[in-house]
Amino acid sequence: MMMNHSLKSQCKVNPGTVIEGKWHRNRYTIIKELGYGANGIVYLAKNQNQQVALKMSDNGMSITSEVNVLKSFAKVQGSALGPSLLDVDDWDRRSGKVSFYVMEYIQGPDLLTFIQQKGSSWTGVLIVQLLNDLDSLHKTGWVFGDLKPDNLIVTGPPSKIRTIDVGGTTIQGRAIKEFTEFYDRGYWGLGTRKADPAYDLFAAAMIIINTAYPKRFAKTTGDFKQLKMMVRQKKELLKYEDVILNALQGHYSSAGEMRNDMLQLTRSNPVQRSTGNRNAGQKAGPQPASRQVYRQKKQKGSIFETLLITLIVTLLYFLYIYGQLL
Amino acid sequence: MKTGTLKQILLITDGCSNQGEDPVAMAALAKEQGITVNVIGVMEQDVIDEQGMNEIEGIAMSGGGVSQVVYSQQLSQTVQMVTRKAMTQTLQGVVNKELQQILGGSKTMEDLPPDQRGEVMEVVDELGETVELEVLVLVDTSASMKHKLPTVKEALLDLSLSLNARSGDNRFSVFVFPGKKKDVEKLLDWTPNLESLTSIFSKLTTGGITPTGPAIQEALNHFKKKRSLRSLLSRDDESFFEESV
Repeated sequence: MMMNHSLKSQCKVNPGTVIEGKWHRNRYTIIKELGYGANGIVYLAKNQNQQVALKMSDNGMSITSEVNVLKSFAKVQGSALGPSLLDVDDWDRRSGKVSFYVMEYIQGPDLLTFIQQKGSSWTGVLIVQLLNDLDSLHKTGWVFGDLKPDNLIVTGPPSKIRTIDVGGTTIQGRAIKEFTEFYDRGYWGLGTRKADPAYDLFAAAMIIINTAYPKRFAKTTGDFKQLKMMVRQKKELLKYEDVILNALQGHYSSAGEMRNDMLQLTRSNPVQRSTGNRNAGQKAGPQPASRQVYRQKKQKGSIFETLLITLIVTLLYFLYIYGQLL
Repeated sequence: MKTGTLKQILLITDGCSNQGEDPVAMAALAKEQGITVNVIGVMEQDVIDEQGMNEIEGIAMSGGGVSQVVYSQQLSQTVQMVTRKAMTQTLQGVVNKELQQILGGSKTMEDLPPDQRGEVMEVVDELGETVELEVLVLVDTSASMKHKLPTVKEALLDLSLSLNARSGDNRFSVFVFPGKKKDVEKLLDWTPNLESLTSIFSKLTTGGITPTGPAIQEALNHFKKKRSLRSLLSRDDESFFEESV
């Protein structure tokens, strides 16, 4: 996609190449290329009969930055946030030094491929799993950032969604490090690029939409109206309409909240779908609605207060006048 | 560590310069003044010729910046990526200098063991989030750019969206070349966001020559003008200075 010749050539290695780390002296045999992005190439490699994923980049900064993220994930106990980090090292090549890190190899098809193979009934389950992981990620103070189907792998059986590529993972409150336009709320004019939980939830909603439009679609009016129209045009999306629209508008403050709404929808079986839908409508609504009620109550309260004060002041005034007259 | 202001020139073009000073030399001059020059080559169906490619890479190299050639559909994402990448590069340069003062010799961040490198990286990340940034955008408006201009506008709005998500302050300024009367024309003076571009950009006329060199020179003057005005107000204007390595 992007033309970065130097990157492709610098860390391009052939299967069978043995990579030995300069600091820790671990040896990895390259098996094949798994994929590449703007920040490097990921290879499948073998170390003492264990299959691992090895990411290489001649931009040492991005490697270091991703390692920092993975290290802070490792501190969260029992979490499935991203792949686990196994090794960090440099490899001295004739052409120069290449930084790399080694992580757990997460095997399986990406989200869209999986759903195309197994059917759209899996969408709900997998998204609920994803929201679960996002919830614990957000609680540690991070935002995933570059959330997209390519970065979501379904392992199993039992089928479980896992996130890979933490290149976009950003500390909450900072500017998102890396994103993909289609899943970016800034691109659709629906918010900033400051890292907050709602940023990931927007992307999650776009991923649900993406499952019904595997080839994505171009920006026309490029606003909420267009996205809403696209959701309404697909039968399989109508089921999740309320959740998607809420997430797109940033109405959810946490992944847990969105997950609960999603769970309500997936629980309803196809026969009761229509009632399930209505339930969902009520379920998705209460947050803003209850806030309004609260505000109204508060307003009523303040009116009452004002009246009471006016009354007391008037009474005191009359007493004063009465006193003066006497 | 003192945080100053990062200064960048972002050149958006689709080919070779054909008038005035050598843009590669002007970019070198910019670097000497602590201003980084980044170049983005925009293609449509046409491919940029070898001469144009060489010039694009040459300007970025001597300007201490980043270059990238893309199809216009990818412009938005590229513009913000290139700017961020160049910022990190400059900050890394600054941090390396500090490291050399502490550790002595010619040690850089890359020579540290991976663990310590991670800690230094956190400092660079933090600086990238908070540092003040000035970006002067130079847009090529020669005839062949005409139908790419709406995309350029979109990309610049997107850039201000990305950078304004940081906690540090940003200032943008936009120049076009060739201008209506002169080689280079100021479209927008220093401003924190680029929204006002929308109305100005539609009135742009294209055509004529491609004076890339003079454009960079004018950009440098604009940075200088600002600095002297500032010094009148007796505000110290510390800038990150990456000496030629």
